[in-house]
Amino acid sequence: MTGILADSLGLMPPKASTFAPAVDFWFDFTLWVSIFFFVLIIGLMMIFMVMYRRRPGVRAIVTPTHSTVLELSWTIIPTILVVLMFWGGFKTYMDQRVMPSGAYEIGVNAKQWAWEFTYPNGIRHPELHVPKDVPVVLTMFSDDVLHSFFIPAFRVKMDVMRGRYTKLWFQATLASPPGGYYPVLCTEYCGTSHSTMVTKCVVHETRAEFDQWLRDADPLKKLTPEQYDEYVRDPAAFIAAHPDIQGLQSPADMGRKLWDTKGCKQCHSIDGKVGTGPSWLGIWGAQHEFSNAPPAVVEENYVRESIENPRAKALKGYAANAMPTYQGRITDREIDSIIAFIKTLKSGSETK
Amino acid sequence: MSSLNPAAAGPLVGAPAADNYLTHSRGFWSWAATLDHKRIGVMYLAGIFTMFLVGGLFAVLLRSVLLTPDAAAGGVKTIVDANMYNRFFTLHGAVMVFIVIIPGIPAALGNFVLPLMLGAKDVAFPRLNLCSFYLWLIGTAMALASLYWGGVDTGWTFYTPYSTKVGSSGAFGGVVPVVAGAFVLGFSSIFTGLNFIVTIHKLRPPGMTWFRMPLFLWGTYATAVIQVLATPVLGITLLLLLAERLLGIGFFDSELGGDPVLFQHFFWFYSHPAVYIMILPAMGVMSELISVFSHKHIFGYKFIAFSSVAIAILGFLVWGHHMFTSGQSELLGVIFSAITFSIAIPSAVKMFNWLTTLYKGSIDFKAPMCYALSFMWIFGIGGLTGLFLGMMGLDQHLHDTYFVVAHFHYVMAGTIFVFFGAIHYWWPKMTGRMYDEGAAVLASLLMFIGFNMTFFIQFLMGTRGMPRRYYAYRPEFQFHHIVSTMGSYVMLAAVLLLIYVLIKSLRSGRPAPANPWGAGSMEWQCASPPPHDNFKTPPPVVDAYDYESLEWDERVGGYVHRGRRGGPAATH
Repeated sequence: MTGILADSLGLMPPKASTFAPAVDFWFDFTLWVSIFFFVLIIGLMMIFMVMYRRRPGVRAIVTPTHSTVLELSWTIIPTILVVLMFWGGFKTYMDQRVMPSGAYEIGVNAKQWAWEFTYPNGIRHPELHVPKDVPVVLTMFSDDVLHSFFIPAFRVKMDVMRGRYTKLWFQATLASPPGGYYPVLCTEYCGTSHSTMVTKCVVHETRAEFDQWLRDADPLKKLTPEQYDEYVRDPAAFIAAHPDIQGLQSPADMGRKLWDTKGCKQCHSIDGKVGTGPSWLGIWGAQHEFSNAPPAVVEENYVRESIENPRAKALKGYAANAMPTYQGRITDREIDSIIAFIKTLKSGSETK
Repeated sequence: MSSLNPAAAGPLVGAPAADNYLTHSRGFWSWAATLDHKRIGVMYLAGIFTMFLVGGLFAVLLRSVLLTPDAAAGGVKTIVDANMYNRFFTLHGAVMVFIVIIPGIPAALGNFVLPLMLGAKDVAFPRLNLCSFYLWLIGTAMALASLYWGGVDTGWTFYTPYSTKVGSSGAFGGVVPVVAGAFVLGFSSIFTGLNFIVTIHKLRPPGMTWFRMPLFLWGTYATAVIQVLATPVLGITLLLLLAERLLGIGFFDSELGGDPVLFQHFFWFYSHPAVYIMILPAMGVMSELISVFSHKHIFGYKFIAFSSVAIAILGFLVWGHHMFTSGQSELLGVIFSAITFSIAIPSAVKMFNWLTTLYKGSIDFKAPMCYALSFMWIFGIGGLTGLFLGMMGLDQHLHDTYFVVAHFHYVMAGTIFVFFGAIHYWWPKMTGRMYDEGAAVLASLLMFIGFNMTFFIQFLMGTRGMPRRYYAYRPEFQFHHIVSTMGSYVMLAAVLLLIYVLIKSLRSGRPAPANPWGAGSMEWQCASPPPHDNFKTPPPVVDAYDYESLEWDERVGGYVHRGRRGGPAATH
């Protein structure tokens, strides 16, 4: 099954899941039927427009005003065609909606305006990574408003909402090229930064490659308590001594990466630009006024509280309920990294 | 012609009557407190056309924003930020749907034409009719007032929980006035529908049976039934939304014990039939235009009439096709998909009947006909692309992409073509003046080209996976967006030309005869513009699509009934 017209005209994204050929086939079927009827109706219309254009002194020819045979034929023939289309849509839909058993399960959390994926080993990561040829079931939940999970290359889409889990499954058939990815998009309007609520889906060629990625996905998590103490005391020396720990960088750099991937940057700039939330530039040590609490200085405990319980202190001049809580979605070590990053953002030291 | 005695000329021939509905009384209150359906129709038309320009302005602005992809993707957004863009598309949608297209044909043109087509003096409830106009005015003012509170950024669909919890920051927010405005507009729509139902039932002249009514009345009647039955659900839904936003009562918010998908069911229970509120009157006008300008009896009258009724009924049962990816049960989805396909049939039946009407006709490419033929093309594409979206498996891919945006513009904005065609068609009757045919045809061609440039390419973006309501987008789509935006500029030029044509006609148009097009329905049997009480005596009921007895009369510059030549009107 494939779509001849859709493929030759490049109408569809790459076919990267088991659903893509069937979806493209039925797309093509409907396209052929549509082209046939469009050409039939508009073609005849144009012929009539030329043949029967008004000429002086020539009146319209009186023809029958009714024909049961005609009416029935243009009722019944389209009916047969749409029954076929319904069947095609139904069959593809049921394949998409019936979850396979024994699939690899990944949790999806959506919030304004970031995706987060929870893997079976407890790793939370902003990118979706899956192995090729393995059925994957996503169990999805939103922290706030409606979102919709969409991977064009897989031909799958499902709304994500608060108060109810929704599920979606796919089986990737085409590994993403090295360094490349398939876009993951939010397709249910969710506010200011809706259009940047996008992330990457990386399909690994083999299960082993995927497992390797998963082991290295969260270097902070890999460290034992003793190792972590050692890392915090002297990050540069620790990193130099442990080249086997992939992706480990200084706490401030780790914090910057978290800012980039955990959704912080959608509202908090690091260049002083006012967004939905205050910019982090020069914020460390500043005095903040609140509409519901006595003033406080920006230091470790305030940052931690703002991440875990953002509504406890409502900063004047900003919406009180814009920020979702990160409680349970962010580790202590990650908060440490973010604090380390904020400390580096001093006014005048422009960090782009 | 002007030397004719107006009283002797009577209603049959096109001498402009000295005393017509425009000159019958003067002064502000003679319009503001009028009960004349014709004046109410004209006021509606002026208001709706003005709001069409407002909605169109938002469209041109948002299309201009989309000329460049995004700062992050290497481009630069020069015009506005994402918050402003979100307000543009929300207001574009809300204004066009609730304020322009839904009342467009029924309230503006229907009000003017419907009683005339029945040979009646007015609608059944003239006061309710005026009330309906003022509700439209108030609802529109409320919706625009939201701009004062920072506008609305929820999208015209007001999906919860965004609309109740976040959207449009500020305690009050622009959401409240817009939603309240849509509530008031709903009542305006209900009153119009109610009025038309009663008028068609009770004020038909003796001899005009249901199947002798012009098809525009069938379209309007089917529309009115939907307006009366579906719009209250929108009203209730919007009240629930306001109760949740302002009073914290949980209907839709899961934190308050509500159901997040419930709002969508309620909303589409109205808003899908609302699509048919938009398109059925347009289809009614189409049946008139195609027949009149082919000078040929409409083909398959009963099938067209019944297909309007079928669409109205089935239209109530397909709302769930907006929700194939919403998390509604799979079984529901299957049922909605099946009914959705069944509604394709009556729409196709209408297309085939119009086509057959053209066959062996005498096709006159006047501006209304150009708009009507454009609609055949546009609705052909709009209807056929609906098939893709009705297929559940395909909708998983296409839902909420530009494919959907293109599809519903080809359907809903396509009705604007019929609206414009209808304005030109009844313009001589409304104003007593003809318009510049050449310029009007040019405007319709520009409109057609601009429309297809703007929206056809959006199908290609959609299948490639470009989501709707995106401020920033991937650079691979920039070419598509530029073409689309250029198309919107062409449409802007077309609309400006159209305004020029209409204003020029008002200032210096040649006086219109009673029947400039050779149409058979009754509104063309009274003078242009009609006298205050339309008909002194009810005109005889004839077959509205019989053109055999009509012929061109050089002396009046219009068509007259063959049997009635040489009557008092023809005396010199």
